[in-house]
Amino acid sequence: MNASESIGWWGVVLGIFAGALRGGTPFLLVSLGECLTEKSGKINLGLEGTLLMGAMSAYAVSYHSGNPWLGVIAAFGTGAGLGAIHALLVSRPKVNDVAAGIAMLIFGSGLAFYLGKSYIRPSAPQLPALSLGGWSELPQLQAALKLSPLFVLGAGLAFLLSWAFNCTRWGLRVRAVGDAPVAALALGMSVKKVRFVAIVLGSAIAGLGGAHLSLFYPGAWTEAISSGQGLMAVALVIFARWRPVHCLYASMIFGGTQAIAPALQAIGITSGYYLWNAAPYVLTLVVMVITCSPKRTLAGSPGALGTSS
Amino acid sequence: MKHTRSLLLFATALSTAVAAFAAEMSVGFIYVGPKDDYGYNQSQSEGCAGIQKLPWLKATEEASVPETTAAQETMRNMIELEGASLIFPTSFGYFDPHILKVAKQYPKVQFLHCGGLYDATKHPANVGSYFGYIDEAVYVAGIVAGHTTKSGKLGFIAAKPIPQVLRNINAYLLGARSVNPAATVQVVFTGDWSVPVKEAESATSLINQGVDVLTCHVDSPKVIIETAERRGVYVTGYHVNGAKLAPKGYLTGAEWNWTKVYTDYAEAVKAGKTLAAGTIPHLVRGGLKEGFVSISPYGPAVSAAAKKDAEAAKAGLIEGSLVIFKGPLKDNTGKEILPAGKAYLQQDLALESMGWLVDGVIGGTKG
Repeated sequence: MNASESIGWWGVVLGIFAGALRGGTPFLLVSLGECLTEKSGKINLGLEGTLLMGAMSAYAVSYHSGNPWLGVIAAFGTGAGLGAIHALLVSRPKVNDVAAGIAMLIFGSGLAFYLGKSYIRPSAPQLPALSLGGWSELPQLQAALKLSPLFVLGAGLAFLLSWAFNCTRWGLRVRAVGDAPVAALALGMSVKKVRFVAIVLGSAIAGLGGAHLSLFYPGAWTEAISSGQGLMAVALVIFARWRPVHCLYASMIFGGTQAIAPALQAIGITSGYYLWNAAPYVLTLVVMVITCSPKRTLAGSPGALGTSS
Repeated sequence: MKHTRSLLLFATALSTAVAAFAAEMSVGFIYVGPKDDYGYNQSQSEGCAGIQKLPWLKATEEASVPETTAAQETMRNMIELEGASLIFPTSFGYFDPHILKVAKQYPKVQFLHCGGLYDATKHPANVGSYFGYIDEAVYVAGIVAGHTTKSGKLGFIAAKPIPQVLRNINAYLLGARSVNPAATVQVVFTGDWSVPVKEAESATSLINQGVDVLTCHVDSPKVIIETAERRGVYVTGYHVNGAKLAPKGYLTGAEWNWTKVYTDYAEAVKAGKTLAAGTIPHLVRGGLKEGFVSISPYGPAVSAAAKKDAEAAKAGLIEGSLVIFKGPLKDNTGKEILPAGKAYLQQDLALESMGWLVDGVIGGTKG
């Protein structure tokens, strides 16, 4: 079989780069979904549960139908469904969106574990990769440049959302509702409707992140598949200052940090692996500490976020 | 109409009662994760399925029970509702305090824990522990890996640097070196028992560095075996047979064979033996010889020479002429572990507190 030549330190660089593309995709899709949701003035902490439900439903549908793309559609639909429940809950007066989100997180992950029991063992058809490494003779580089179609979709979506928020009537409406719901209402917009659409669509996009986990990388359904990535992605939106394109960069940084510990150990740097394993979590904490201040709201933060309006 | 229904209910109740009566003995199994994860929990569940074939026995399983008071609740339910007289809480972390606490409340029930934690001076008399010398099977898998590798680099993805894991890593290297003196084992510690993304990332990194045979010690090897197959390298399995996941690259693997262990225990309890009376031993261990562990059937890529050496080593381990940990043995920092002529036999307690990696393993135990 293909015994690759050792590539030494380049392996670390390549590992971080490839990890950014592969491991960053769930962060990217969840953070874009959360970004859209938060732009409308509500927060959805349940996206970790959406990620798990997306992963489980994508895997199950791909397994039964033999078509991974149907799995992707299922993940999108499941995400939309969970989003609709959250949207209906938070549209009621006096419902706290943070509390509702935590309830949705527990509901989504519990449901995914329950329904997913019989899909842990079978192997489902995987999404085809977009191979961009054909020009290189290095098998390592070829493997690293096998892109997930959902990464390409997510990257495109980041630019599309950015354009939509700035240049389209629809995007400006979402921002208006998120920044000043009272003013938006006075202008004749339906705050409830806009928020409903933003939350449902955001949750559906997050569901796609689950499809990447179970149908591309690592490509299996297990209960530990998300390991908190959905929650970290929420922190990442703050880090990215609610800008979709920055979500793309931030996700790639988070994805890359996941790859540091394995890549360093693979070249024989044997000390400090616990520290490196904790890198993504440390990064999350650092981001929260730097960006948190009791005195001011963050630049770029939607005005109605965290208020009851 | 009403009569038919109540009659039906009565009949159902009666048949359940008869079934419960026919099965003389009730046994409970508790797993920390899902029972079909191609890993540790599946190996335990296969053991449960194995003893369920005994006509006089009824087994109850509960999967995904966390190592919290939930485990105590499950044990109590199994005793109170199912009438379990023998319980196997299989996860390492169930022992202290959960098993110890429930065992004190139900002195007539036998609690058997997988691991080696029982201490006669401290723990209730109705608790016992058992474990398999799986390093023997890992050693044989190492021989096959050492024969098959072209680069001479083997990769080992491990959860945490604890003695049981280090013992397997060392056995893998010693097996490989027994046929390929230049072989090395590169270790990556992922930090936890089940982190699929990190496991895939570790496999990819190792393959990028020229490793062409992978193995692991994590809860579920599924992601690692599938990643190896996709990248076109070989893999040896752990816990259960993973050949289905990698039809081309699966060489062999170290498997648990709990059916044998559990059948022995169930028959002892049926015969009226108990831990407290000392008629069931408190500590039970076994390897290839006792049938506690086995190796997976060889895959298509295994050469005839590799098979021959692996079978010879297996025979040697079974009859006791082959010892895995024997001098001269140095660790990978250059410190002497065993001088020439000395050896650690499998029962040696020094092996159960192993804190070193042998020379040839690239990895650190300190973290």
